[in-house]
Amino acid sequence: MKIHEYQAREIFKKYGIPVSNGDVAETPEQAYDIAKKIGKRVVVKAQVLVGGRGKAGGVKLADTPEDAKEKASEILGMEIKGLKVEKVFVAEAVNIAHEAYLGVVIDRRTKRPVVMVSPAGGVEIEEVAKETPEKIFKKVVDPAYGLLPHQARELTFNLYDDKKKVFKAADILMRLYRLFMETDASLAEINPFVVTDSGDLIAIDSKINFDDNAIFRHPDYEGMKDLTPDEKVEEEAKKKGLSFIKLEGNIGCVVNGAGLAMATMDVIKHFGGEPANFLDVGGSSNPEKVKAAMDIILRDKNVKSIWFNIFGGITRCDDIATGLVEALKGSDVDIPIIVRLTGTNEDKGREILRDSGIKLHLVETMSEGAKMAIQLAGGGEE
Amino acid sequence: MSVLVGEETRVVVQGITGRDGSFHAQRMKAYGTNVVAGVTPGKGGTFVDGIPVFNTVEEAVRKEGANTSIIFVPAAFASDALYEAGDSGVQLIVAITEGIPVNDMVKVVRFFDERGVRLIGPNCPGIISPGKAKVGILPEKVFSPGRVGVVSRSGTLTYEIVSHITAQGYGESTAVGIGGDPVIGTKFIDMLELFRDDPETEAVVLIGEIGGTDEEDTARYIVETKYPKPVIGFIAGRTAPPGKRMGHAGAIISGGTGTAEDKIKAFESAGVRVARIPEEVKTLLGEVLG
Repeated sequence: MKIHEYQAREIFKKYGIPVSNGDVAETPEQAYDIAKKIGKRVVVKAQVLVGGRGKAGGVKLADTPEDAKEKASEILGMEIKGLKVEKVFVAEAVNIAHEAYLGVVIDRRTKRPVVMVSPAGGVEIEEVAKETPEKIFKKVVDPAYGLLPHQARELTFNLYDDKKKVFKAADILMRLYRLFMETDASLAEINPFVVTDSGDLIAIDSKINFDDNAIFRHPDYEGMKDLTPDEKVEEEAKKKGLSFIKLEGNIGCVVNGAGLAMATMDVIKHFGGEPANFLDVGGSSNPEKVKAAMDIILRDKNVKSIWFNIFGGITRCDDIATGLVEALKGSDVDIPIIVRLTGTNEDKGREILRDSGIKLHLVETMSEGAKMAIQLAGGGEE
Repeated sequence: MSVLVGEETRVVVQGITGRDGSFHAQRMKAYGTNVVAGVTPGKGGTFVDGIPVFNTVEEAVRKEGANTSIIFVPAAFASDALYEAGDSGVQLIVAITEGIPVNDMVKVVRFFDERGVRLIGPNCPGIISPGKAKVGILPEKVFSPGRVGVVSRSGTLTYEIVSHITAQGYGESTAVGIGGDPVIGTKFIDMLELFRDDPETEAVVLIGEIGGTDEEDTARYIVETKYPKPVIGFIAGRTAPPGKRMGHAGAIISGGTGTAEDKIKAFESAGVRVARIPEEVKTLLGEVLG
């Protein structure tokens, strides 16, 4: 789960990480008021949950409150990578003497948190990693002890010559690590972390992503969610026990298991078709889930055929078949439905489908299913 | 031979009085696995399908000689169960539970490493050594005793691919689902090491997916150690969009890393034959096993 800069900034403040002076605005008038209160040159920043907003024109300087109002009205409502800007953050513009990067993520390789700093701040860290990897300094942290002060110092000595700054930055790094672990973040990042011309160290940007698996124990995160229309559908699916992601193609798929669901999309593509979605109905697949899956897929008007690819292991094929029949009975679905049922109780499942009288295309293998789904969607190379 | 689980395995089921725990305890037992105990704190002294239930894992180890634990405890309580298993003296822990916070897992994994305990999972279907033992939720009908070692980040996709391996008559020595989370106890490389030393395993099938760099690391390992057995690969998620978590918490392309293309390229440059569709695995196995 991603949160906005202004939301992450509040959490930074709670952990004693120095942030710039500013506030969030939803209207140009509010931006005017904030700029007036600051009483100095300000920067107006789009609040969107994608990177690269600067390049997209979503960050602008303003010299006066009137100017801030104008810049805010330009930025509010603009689209950045398909996302509409609903809010801007208006912050005091500081004169930057030095820009660095501070971040904490999980390193999957060592299975531990890793703390990173770089004197090449202000640039996306992936870019630094690609272009000048020698400018990134890392420490893998033993989670039993957390980041130790000397480890933090070892890192921040790479950023500054002045020892006061080294110690101050090390202290902020320790706070960022604590924030990362305590808030169940999957990413906590300050980029840029700047030294102002008056020698202050502050976080000019604030970024936190939370681990979706840990949201259950942070009820306050619910109110921070800002979902795109597509993400709202994904969230709705999740509440029904489905894992759903919309794609651009015309072949809907319903699969049990995430790996098989990905492979199903790949096989469709392999034979020249385009999947309309990723959908994992999960382990225990009751009729309601199958029904909910159909409902969500059918909302996409691009969908021209739907392929059920079920490998019955613990999930029984007869349960899926019953669910499918219940979902389709009395509905006016006129899109061709292809069903591949294999594994536990497959014969029983097929029998239920045949006896239902519902028009379905039964296939035996994944290749057959993909080819049939493509053909009935009226496209592909076959 | 087989790896990880076999005739000597003595299983304790943590969360045995829950719906999934009791169901799978019975299925594992029916398959012939030595399921010697169950644990649910507060329900000690009862029985599930004739299996004695204890209050603590330590007691199950002391009284029934359990050496392997399987965990069905819900995510919110799973790390407690994991620490308990790690402290009990069992050598192998299989965590089926999905949805455990990653920052809990980094601590659990560290705890296990310190004690020399092996963890499979979390968010995995477990392990089966066909004809010998099953410690997991895998559908036993799909498997048959044989000579192919299978290791996978997925569940049903494993069954799909294994069904072809079985139908072709090769069978499996051991099949392991290592889990779909970003932080897991045992990785591809760990499994390749075990399969290397298992005389029964003649070839290994690796079923990977997008996210992380485990497949790339594995490719490097195969080259550096001149891995002696043929390896066949499959990578799921070639059509997955970046930045989206594809069902598994670990299946996400982020910051340009973790793409299927990179993994396929890494595998192929290490001499691993990569199947484009699941069914192709059997054809590629045919080329190396005859």
